[in-house]
Amino acid sequence: MNTLVLTKGVPDFREGKVSFDEDGHLERGKTPTVMNPNDKVALQAALQEKVRHGGTVSLMSMGPPGYKEVLQEGMRDVYADDLYLLSDREMAAADTWATAMTVTTGIANMEETPDLIVAGFKTADGETGHTGPQTTWCHHMNDDLPDRSLLTHVVALDVDPEEGRLRAKRLVSGDVDEIETVETDLPAFVVMDPEFEPSYRKADHRLRYKDLREETKARAETFEDHLTVWNHEDLNLDPDFIGLDGSPTIVAGVDPIPKGPAEREATPVSPDDEEAMNEVLGEFTPFAGGD
Amino acid sequence: MTDEHEHYEAVVVGAGPGGAAAAAALARQGVETLVLERGVDAGSKNVSGGLIYAEESAPYTIDDLFPAIREEATERPIDEYLIHNIAGDKVKTFDLDRIHHHDTDWCDAVLRRRMDSWLAERVHELTRETGGGLLTEVRVNGLLREDGEIVGVTCDELDPIKADLIVAADGVNSELARDAGLMNWDEPEDWFQGVKAVVEMEPEVIDERFGLDGEPGAAHLFSGDLFEGVRGGGFLYTNTDSLSIGTVFHLDSLAAERAEPHELLNALLTHPLLDQWLQGEYEEREYSAKLVPDSKKVAHPSPHRGRLLLVGDAAGQMQAQGPIIKGMNHAVTAGGLAAEAYADAKTRGDPTKAGELYERKLNSEGVMDQLRPTRYRATRSIAESDVVTGVGSTLINSPVGALGMKALGGAAERAFNSPFLLGMVPDSSISYVEIPIRIAEVLGEPIEGEGDTIEPPKLADRIGDLTYDVGDPHIELLDDSYAASGTAVTACPVSAEGFGGGCYRDERVQTNGEEKHLVSLDTQPCIECGTCAVVADTDWDHPSGGKGVEYKQG
Repeated sequence: MNTLVLTKGVPDFREGKVSFDEDGHLERGKTPTVMNPNDKVALQAALQEKVRHGGTVSLMSMGPPGYKEVLQEGMRDVYADDLYLLSDREMAAADTWATAMTVTTGIANMEETPDLIVAGFKTADGETGHTGPQTTWCHHMNDDLPDRSLLTHVVALDVDPEEGRLRAKRLVSGDVDEIETVETDLPAFVVMDPEFEPSYRKADHRLRYKDLREETKARAETFEDHLTVWNHEDLNLDPDFIGLDGSPTIVAGVDPIPKGPAEREATPVSPDDEEAMNEVLGEFTPFAGGD
Repeated sequence: MTDEHEHYEAVVVGAGPGGAAAAAALARQGVETLVLERGVDAGSKNVSGGLIYAEESAPYTIDDLFPAIREEATERPIDEYLIHNIAGDKVKTFDLDRIHHHDTDWCDAVLRRRMDSWLAERVHELTRETGGGLLTEVRVNGLLREDGEIVGVTCDELDPIKADLIVAADGVNSELARDAGLMNWDEPEDWFQGVKAVVEMEPEVIDERFGLDGEPGAAHLFSGDLFEGVRGGGFLYTNTDSLSIGTVFHLDSLAAERAEPHELLNALLTHPLLDQWLQGEYEEREYSAKLVPDSKKVAHPSPHRGRLLLVGDAAGQMQAQGPIIKGMNHAVTAGGLAAEAYADAKTRGDPTKAGELYERKLNSEGVMDQLRPTRYRATRSIAESDVVTGVGSTLINSPVGALGMKALGGAAERAFNSPFLLGMVPDSSISYVEIPIRIAEVLGEPIEGEGDTIEPPKLADRIGDLTYDVGDPHIELLDDSYAASGTAVTACPVSAEGFGGGCYRDERVQTNGEEKHLVSLDTQPCIECGTCAVVADTDWDHPSGGKGVEYKQG
C-alpha cells in the first residue's frame, strides 16, 4: 500500500524560536521554518499503516527550495521513504485553491497513485484547514486521478489493503464529543485530528517500527538522494492557474487583535532596596501558610 | 481469538545480565527470541553494588556471550579486596585477596545503566536475526494460560504473546515468578536491602586517593559498630570517574531495629575511615536502592513451571555470604543454562522438558551448591539458635575470647578468606556485628580521621533527583494501620519518620475522640525496590512500561 502525506513549512512558533516586530507582525526572516506540527501527526498515521501492512510512505510539499529541510525533518523525526517538493516562483503566494490544484497535479505526476493520502488538521500559520479537502475536490476534476472519499477529524485508522477498505474513527465535537466509526473504499483522503496517537499493540509491529526508525534516520542524512523536485514546467501547469495568479482568495485586510488590558497592577521593586523588599515580604506573610 | 495471538519461540522478560545472557544464548541456537524490557532503556530499572565476576568454573560468563563487554561497558577491573572491621575509633583491616580471587577469572566494577543498555543493543542485533528482537517500555504483567497451562505472557502495552519458552529474568520483584506461585514476599529474613550512592570523583583523584596505578581498582567492605547494630555491612568500589558506596542489610534486622536505610548509608559516608578518600568533598550523582534475595534461603531449588524458567534474582539466585557478594554472574550462568536446556529439550523432541533439564544443569554445574550451600543448611538451625548466639556472644566478648582472637590473629584473616567457612556463616548478629567489632577492639589500630567529614544530601534532595512520571499508583496499601504497615515508613529507602516527602508517612488521625495511628502512601517518589511489599501489607506491582524510576547510573 502506498501512502502520501502532505506537509507545509511553517514558522516555528515555539517560545524562543519565533520573532515578532514591534507591531506584533511575524518576522519571517528571523523565525526558522519547520514542519507544520499537525503534519507530523499525519506522518505518524502513515507510518503506522506502513508498519502494519508494508508499502511506502511519500512526503510531499509545495514551497520554496528551503522546504527541502522541512521534508528532511519529516523524514528524520518520523519517517518517509521518498520526498517530493513542488517548487517554483510561479507557484508562490498561492491560496488554498491554487495550492490544491498544484498539489493534485503533483500527485498525478507520481509514478504510482497513492492508495491513501493523509494530511494534518490545519497549518499553524494559515489555519484554514482547506487545502486537504480542496485537494480531494481537485481529484474529481483531474482525469488522471481516481475520485477519493474524504474523512476528516480522524483519531484512529485501520486499513485493510486486501479488501481495499479503510475504517476510521472520527472525533465529532459538539456539546458532547462523540466518536463516529466510518468505513470507506480506497483510494481515500484522510485528515488526521491532532488527538490521533499511533497504536502498536503487536511486538512484531514495534520491532518493525524500530527497524524503520533506525533505517530512516540514516537515510535522512542523505535525503536529497530520495528527493524529487518539480517546477511548473515539469508538471505542465499553466502559470495563470497557479500561484498568486491562480488564487481566487482576496485577503481584504488583517487586523491584529488588541491585547487585553492587564488586570493586575505591578510595582517594580529593586532587590537592593531593603525597605521596599520588607514591604514585599509583609505583603506575602498572610499567604505563607499556603492559603 | 487465541489463534490471533502473536507467537515467538522464546520470550525473555527483562534485559538485565540474566535476560541478556539467555537471549544471546538462545539466539546463538537460532531460536526466535523476543526480549521485553519495561524500562525506557535496559538498565534504567537496575541497581547493583556492583561487581560482576567471571568465575573460572562457570559454564557461561558474560564475556563468553558478549566478548567486547569489558572494553566497552564495564568500569574497571577490581584487583584489591579489603574488609575493614570497625569498633569505635579502631579498625582492623583484612585483605580478602584470596576469597576475591578464588575461582575468579576476572572481576569488574560496573554501573548498570551503562552496562545493561550496551548489552541490550547487542541482544537486539543478535535476536533480530532470529526474527525476534528487543523492545523497551513494555511491562509484562503476568502469564497467559490456556486450560490452566502457561502458554505465554500478558503485557500492559501489547496484546498477549504466546511462546514455547518463557524466561523470567524480571528481577527480584518478578511478577512472573509470583504469578506462577514460585516466589512470595512473606519473610523479611529471606531478603537483604541495599542502598547505594554513586559519587562523582575525577579519575586522577581516585587513583591518587586509593593509591591505584593504572586500570585495576579497589573494593573496600565495612563491618562492625557503625550501623547501630543492624546486621549487614558497607561497600565502596572504584569506578572510572565515580565511586559506588553503599550498605546492605538483612531486611528482618532493618525492620526490627526500625532503622532508616538512608541514615545507615550516611553513617558509612560520614565515618572517619572514609575521610581519607572523600576528604570533605562529596557530589552525589545518584541515590538508589534494591531488594536482594538471600539465595541461602530463597534460591528456588526448582525454578520452573511448565514453559516458564526463572533466571537470576527472579529465582533468588543472589549469593551473599559474608564478604562474598555475587549475583550477576549467577544470573548469566542461569540464563545460559536455561537457553541450553531449551535447545537440548528441543533436540530430544520434547521442548516441555526444558525446565527439568534446566534444574538438572543448575545442580550438575554446581550453581545450586554455591547459592544454597549444604553446609549452611546443615549448620543453620544450630548456629542461628538463640542459645548458641547467646553463648557465642558471651564468649566473644569475654577476656577469654579476646585472648583467642589475639592468638588467632592471622587465622581470623584466613577464616574470612575461606569459601568453605563463609558458606556456613550464620545469619546472626555474631557474624555480622560482634565478631568484626571484637576483631577491631582487640586487633585494631586507631583510625586517623582527617576531620573533614562530608555532609550527605538530605533525603528530600536525593528524591528530588529521582523525579519521574510513575503513572497510576502501582502499590495499594491494603492495611493502613501503623501496626501492619508502619515498618514501611522506616524501611522504605525514600521514606522516613517525620519526613513528609517520601512514599510512606505516618499520621495520627482523630476519629470519634479516638486517636488512630495510620500510614499513608504516595507512590510518586517510589524507586520500586519492593521493600514495602515484604514489610507492609500491600498489593504491589510494577508501573507500566517506561513509567516510574529511571536510573542513569544504576
